Amino acid sequence: MSVLVNKDSKIIVQGFTGKEGTFHASQMIEYGTNVVGGVTPKKGGTTHLDRPVFNTVDEAVREVGADTSVIFVPPAFAGDAIMEAAEAGIKVIICITEGIPVQDMVKVKAYLEKRDVRLVGPNCPGVITPDEAKCGIMPGFIHKKGKIGIVSRSGTLTYEAVDQVTKAGMGQSTCIGIGGDPIVGTTTKEAVELLMNDSETEGIIMIGEIGGSMEADAAYYIKEHGTKPVVGFIAGQTAPKGRTMGHAGAIIGGKEDTAEAKMKIMEECGIHVVKSPAHIGETMRKALHK
Amino acid sequence: MNLHEYQGKALLKSYGVAIQEGMVAETMEEAVDAYKKITEATGSDFAVVKAQIHAGGRGKGGGVKLAKNLEDFKEHAGNILGMMLKTPQTPGGMNGPGKLVSKILIAEDAYAPDFDACEEIYVSVLMDRGRKCNVIIYSTEGGMDIEEVAEKTPHLVHKEYIDPTLGLQAFQTRKIAFNLGLEGQAFKEMTKFVANLYKAFLGSDASLFEINPCLKTGDDRILAVDCKVTLDNNALYRHKDLAELRDISEEDPTEVEAKKFDLNYVNLDGNVGCMVNGAGLAMATMDIIKLSGGEPANFLDVGGTADAARVEQAFHIILKDPKVKAILINIFGGIVRCDRVAQGVIDAYKNMGNIPVPIIVRLQGTNADIAKKMIDESGLNVHSAVILQEAADLVTKVLEEA
Repeated sequence: MSVLVNKDSKIIVQGFTGKEGTFHASQMIEYGTNVVGGVTPKKGGTTHLDRPVFNTVDEAVREVGADTSVIFVPPAFAGDAIMEAAEAGIKVIICITEGIPVQDMVKVKAYLEKRDVRLVGPNCPGVITPDEAKCGIMPGFIHKKGKIGIVSRSGTLTYEAVDQVTKAGMGQSTCIGIGGDPIVGTTTKEAVELLMNDSETEGIIMIGEIGGSMEADAAYYIKEHGTKPVVGFIAGQTAPKGRTMGHAGAIIGGKEDTAEAKMKIMEECGIHVVKSPAHIGETMRKALHK
Repeated sequence: MNLHEYQGKALLKSYGVAIQEGMVAETMEEAVDAYKKITEATGSDFAVVKAQIHAGGRGKGGGVKLAKNLEDFKEHAGNILGMMLKTPQTPGGMNGPGKLVSKILIAEDAYAPDFDACEEIYVSVLMDRGRKCNVIIYSTEGGMDIEEVAEKTPHLVHKEYIDPTLGLQAFQTRKIAFNLGLEGQAFKEMTKFVANLYKAFLGSDASLFEINPCLKTGDDRILAVDCKVTLDNNALYRHKDLAELRDISEEDPTEVEAKKFDLNYVNLDGNVGCMVNGAGLAMATMDIIKLSGGEPANFLDVGGTADAARVEQAFHIILKDPKVKAILINIFGGIVRCDRVAQGVIDAYKNMGNIPVPIIVRLQGTNADIAKKMIDESGLNVHSAVILQEAADLVTKVLEEA
């Protein structure tokens, strides 16, 4: 088993025929992901990368039974694209787009609340279940099928953790890039919960960063309901207060959203906290063999 | 993006929010002219001089003064215009160099004529990350540091959460006015003030409005006496007029230059520069530098395409800082191949001639081994690594040798 996406997921790409969409959709297909089509308004009826193109998500759901969507639509239109997917009945929406206005996401989040749908992202690398489905922009080859679940707010830092896990002789069940924006569809806690309840995941790596309280919320959940070892890292131990560090959500507002405060809470909740990002894989290996 | 007080007030006023009126000036001549116009309009000789810089706590450094007549005004305006203003929020704080004041706001004395009947209120609007909706925070304890008020007297800080689909409701504006203890005309004015303030917040795609103080005057008007406005950078594309208000002189010049090349750079105080692809990995690399005995000199995300041109631009930006004693390049090559990045580093190095500090290049991902070999055989003053810990150890070694 795995979470969110697997070999049976029927995946479409929104923004399919654009530059980003085309490049990453072909990488996804090459990886063996079950991409059943794509959506680009006004290009319906054509074929792209040997897959059908639809005008609307609704059409893609009706015609090819799509249940998962990966979004590469530009930021000004991405909020709209997420709502379109939700309304059409897509169950898992993965939004890669970076730079969506915050107030757009406030509305999108409220829209999704009344519907049976899960959003991952935006501003994220996507979700991958190795050897089954690559839904996003991560390099497929660094992954190896296995039993470690990874949750992270970052892109390349996730790849770093994946690589360390693979090199330490383990593999990954599912890696979830939840995204670096102030409002994300799936929180750290929700992603950890999915992996905690997944029978094939034996250990969880949780990578956070400065800003917000998502890691603390996840830590309290782990303390209460945790059944598997969790290794945690928080990026930005040396970040100054009040400056946005690349990700829109990575900004220290008060005492509670510093790396130090988060790491303290995580430690108190029984998480194996590493200070150095170079020790993530090794710490997971040791934690599993305790 | 931050606005100056005078820009923020103009924005509020355009949405019908009552403000302390004023005029901005860049020269003494303009200032005196503004003083005359304002005092004529108010019928009082009193006016306030306020330094326009992007930092709070301006009063503490002498950047806000009440003038009681023209002579008094000329003295204050002369002192403030062109001064290096130090506040707890300017770089280095009260012991730092301060910020140059090139504009002043000349404002009406909003507390006249009945100073004792005035009440200072606190109102802010922002997005609550936990609840994923906007919130209006307000308190009777205006004119003070709200974090301190929240810590010492949490019962005096109120929050009103706003439904994202329905918006601010009339009962909420009444609740705010009641909780602030207002009556009669002031009550009415407050409900209007809050409703228009929220309209302005949504209309400008702001991420923060802080009105501190918001003033109830002796004659029961409600005015924004100060305002801090931060706009959402991601939404500036739909507010071209507001985007034009950006004041580059308030920003770090190196950061401004980096932005031109699409490099995400934040200047810090340390001695080891870094160049990384991805924001999370960049922060993690800064942390590694610290753990290796150095201090990060910057945050720098070069993004997905780390080719020779970008690497060269990044080198130039990092080397502008004379404190930099070493540079750590940390690239996780996923879709970009490491050998391409290595070639970029080598080409950039050669184009620049001599780089005066040692460079550590850590390339991991596709073709990492080929990339390491290329770096090692280049004959340049560059140390190579593949594993992150190796890079960390090299930072320690290089700093010890320096």
